[in-house]
Amino acid sequence: MTAACGSAASGASGPVTVFAAASLTDVFGALPKSDVRPTFDFAGSQALVTQIQQGAPADVFASADQKSMQKLVDAGLVEAPKVFARNALEIAVAPGNPKHVSGLADLARRDIVVVLADSSVPAGNYAHQALATAGVTVHPKSLELDVKSTLAKVTSGEADAAIVYATDVKAAGAKASGVEIPTAQNVIATYPIAVVKATRHHAAAQAFVDAVRSSSGQRALADRGFLSAA
Amino acid sequence: MSRRPPGPVVAVAVLAVALFALPLAGLLWRAPWRSAWRELSSHDALTALRLSLQTSVLATAVAVLLGTPLAWVQARVAYPGRSVVRAVTMLPMVLPPVVGGVALLLALGRRGLVGRYLDGAGVHLPFHLSGAVAAEAFVAMPFFVLTLEAALRSVDPRLEEAARTLGAGPWAVFTRVTLPLVRPSLVAGALLCWARALGEFGATITFAGNLPGHTQTLPLFVYVKLEGSSPDAAVILSLVLLAVSLVVLVGLRERWLRAL
Repeated sequence: MTAACGSAASGASGPVTVFAAASLTDVFGALPKSDVRPTFDFAGSQALVTQIQQGAPADVFASADQKSMQKLVDAGLVEAPKVFARNALEIAVAPGNPKHVSGLADLARRDIVVVLADSSVPAGNYAHQALATAGVTVHPKSLELDVKSTLAKVTSGEADAAIVYATDVKAAGAKASGVEIPTAQNVIATYPIAVVKATRHHAAAQAFVDAVRSSSGQRALADRGFLSAA
Repeated sequence: MSRRPPGPVVAVAVLAVALFALPLAGLLWRAPWRSAWRELSSHDALTALRLSLQTSVLATAVAVLLGTPLAWVQARVAYPGRSVVRAVTMLPMVLPPVVGGVALLLALGRRGLVGRYLDGAGVHLPFHLSGAVAAEAFVAMPFFVLTLEAALRSVDPRLEEAARTLGAGPWAVFTRVTLPLVRPSLVAGALLCWARALGEFGATITFAGNLPGHTQTLPLFVYVKLEGSSPDAAVILSLVLLAVSLVVLVGLRERWLRAL
């Protein structure tokens, strides 16, 4: 018995498949190394929900909104989720902001090509909320299926502006500049994480969740611009 | 006297058929037949359907207009580098469509090789119906060119020669002799090309973007709906695409593609 208890720690090592929101791409790839060997599938949270519903072999799911996670909770497919980070929205523009975008209202300008995430994507849903709060009507040229491809339209120069997460602008480095959205108009994204019930690597999956919520995991998130969970 | 086919070969062949047929069975099994009509006649679905018809027909027109001379040159003119040109024009058939979309973006996007000049002239392909047409034509044209080129090669040159001897000019020879001879293949190639254009996804979403009514063709609509609000609509519209493809292929097989 004691031997079994003692091996709990070593049971927490091994491969784990983590389905995570696209906006977590950079930070999850850079989490402090541990015995858990995560393999990541990054995509729009809504796409990952569909995949898990169809039986995709995920051990952990990290969503960019409560709504996507709640679908899996309601379906009884995940254990109790825990919020591990939050994120603010920001306007991504070309480096140096050549079109002089100063806020959400500018996104209604005719001379600016705007791209948003589709409203089924968490980032798109948040963006729609923020635009509604600000009372701005935009005519986006494309509705992308995850936040990273939304950002890519700006970094590739096809679009002049996109509403993404503050962490995406930060991760883009010199390829994009950010225009902050005032708190009154901003929508704060909430990131829950949960172990998928069908996992065959429960200990390792739980260990990954614990690592994300540990102080070093939280430090890594803060370093990349995420807001703390509380 | 026919020999009994060897059992193991037949067994593997059945397995191969199952590989193709099972996914179709999955779609039929999962299809929400009760709400099928409602899903099909929803405004969003009809918009995507209309856009898909528009773009795929335009892409086929582009393929026929550009591809016919190309097929003729490839079939009739011996020039150094012909095999390289053939490889380049066939590339979209084996290239992952997303890669094709990225390549189109780097060539024709706002900061692209040629796109930067188009942008100056006020021509914008990305985020526009013309971008979806360009992406579909890029991916689907090889199907037309290859079919027509093969047909042109099989035309007996003596027939064209005879027409020339009787005083027909090159244009008359082409329109009065060559074209009627290859017409079945021309139609078959155009239909194959159209069916491929109708199903195009990767290059379109990468190059043209995804906006209902402008660039969101049926396959993009299916994908968005599958992961979003109504997976039922996705399944039903997948069946529509499937049925169209099947009709085209069966029809071609019956009428024009016997030799294939």
